[in-house]
Amino acid sequence: MHHIYCPYCEEAREEEEYSYTGEAHIERPKDPAAMTDEAWGDYLFFRSNPRGIHHEMWYHASGCRRYFNVTRNTQSYEIHETYKMGKLPTITAKTIAADALVAQQGDAS
Amino acid sequence: MKKYSGFSLFKHSLSHHENWQAAWRSPQPKKQYDVIIVGGGGHGLATAYYLAKVHGITNVAVLEKGYLGGGNTARNTTIVRSNYLWDEASKLYDHSLDLWKDLSQDLNYNVMFSQRGVLNLGHNLQDMRDIERRVNANRLNGIDGVVLNTAEVKEIVPVINDSQDIRYPVLGASWQATGGVARHDAVAWGFARGADSFGVDLIQQCEVTDIITEDGAVVGVQTTQGFIGSKKVACVTAGNSGVMAAMVGLRLPIESRPLQALVSEPVKPIIDTVVMSNAVHAYVSQSDKGDLVIGAGTDSYNGYGQRGSFHIVEHTLSAICELFPMFSRVRMNRAWGGVVDTCPDACPIISKTNIKGLYFNCGWGTGGFKATPGSGHVFAHTLAHDEAHPFAAPFSLDRFNTGHLIDEHGAAGVAH
Repeated sequence: MHHIYCPYCEEAREEEEYSYTGEAHIERPKDPAAMTDEAWGDYLFFRSNPRGIHHEMWYHASGCRRYFNVTRNTQSYEIHETYKMGKLPTITAKTIAADALVAQQGDAS
Repeated sequence: MKKYSGFSLFKHSLSHHENWQAAWRSPQPKKQYDVIIVGGGGHGLATAYYLAKVHGITNVAVLEKGYLGGGNTARNTTIVRSNYLWDEASKLYDHSLDLWKDLSQDLNYNVMFSQRGVLNLGHNLQDMRDIERRVNANRLNGIDGVVLNTAEVKEIVPVINDSQDIRYPVLGASWQATGGVARHDAVAWGFARGADSFGVDLIQQCEVTDIITEDGAVVGVQTTQGFIGSKKVACVTAGNSGVMAAMVGLRLPIESRPLQALVSEPVKPIIDTVVMSNAVHAYVSQSDKGDLVIGAGTDSYNGYGQRGSFHIVEHTLSAICELFPMFSRVRMNRAWGGVVDTCPDACPIISKTNIKGLYFNCGWGTGGFKATPGSGHVFAHTLAHDEAHPFAAPFSLDRFNTGHLIDEHGAAGVAH
């Protein structure tokens, strides 16, 4: 079971207090009526579903009842960071790959 | 392929069973195939088998990153039924059920298909209304089904708790007598042996690391055993479908989540049917070995870990113990998880893509095992003709853009 740090409550709580609400940073279209069926379907249903770093939304259902974002590894289940809505992640698949490269070069030298 | 029979069993007993022919070859991959199937689970192997048997396409490779039938085929709770609500889904699953009936004879391999009936329990008035609607829909589609009341359920499963004074009382159930269970490993092995006998190459320990395209058409796959060429690549990779799609920059309407199951220590015969409860996320049957085979729900979040959260198991077991109080003292032997590819409408995707020669058979979510023969049969047609089998056509990828979803969530008595 995850212990998830809620950036609003500023406390780590058990997973069961939260509900998972899917991939983060999917913006609601500003003008839905102007969209093609294809773009609307993509917005509603299509997801990146990566094996590795995933940015996702959680809802603190039994706590502050606010949504926030979590950066989590879907393979190892490690939670890298949690951050408030409207913020961007500081840890992404790219930064982790870059860090790994630096560490590797450090080992080599 | 040497045929299995009572006589061959006797003959080989004289040589202490040491001279059986291997069930399939372990060939080196060729440079080029007519069709490459990625994923050597039940669905992939069934696809290969029907491609060869029905369509005569035998220059086929099945590439498996681990061992045959080692993914969700080995991890499910082996339930077979076809009592789905919508016409499209009921046609597909009933087609599969028809194939199940003769599968052991067809494959010359005992898949231990046992039509012991499936109960889907209702715990409140709305459950019962949904069950009546679904059973009526089933009967209109020629699928057998009856609605049972509490006493009738109790007659079929005497050990069930029929008290009306519990959290989830059993008010009744739907009953599909033609449903049942099968031996999951045997299904994979039977299809593997059958496909191999037609000359299909089953290549294990061969992980596809990239799908190579040229001018919007597939030319082959890069694997841990080198490049293998083919103008048709079919991904049948269940939980990893999103990872396969990402190799060519595609996104799918799929989220991969762990689904859990567990088995108890073997006990004497106590339950001779399959009991499923949609509302409490629990289902149970008893294997021929005597273990209670129990299925739980999926985790709520995406994960590729092949293990699930403990609280999910806890919820399931509390429901099982309420329904079957005598199981409370049974010890659980093993628990595991499989990564299932869940679709927004709880129906599969059997489809071409906008990349020529790239096909997907995925999105079976929590209920793919029952469909193994049917899925392979219709997908083989799609691959052979580059056009969807009539039963597969409604399950195309573009339904998520046209809006023609087949909303089986909950309606089918699917436990998730």
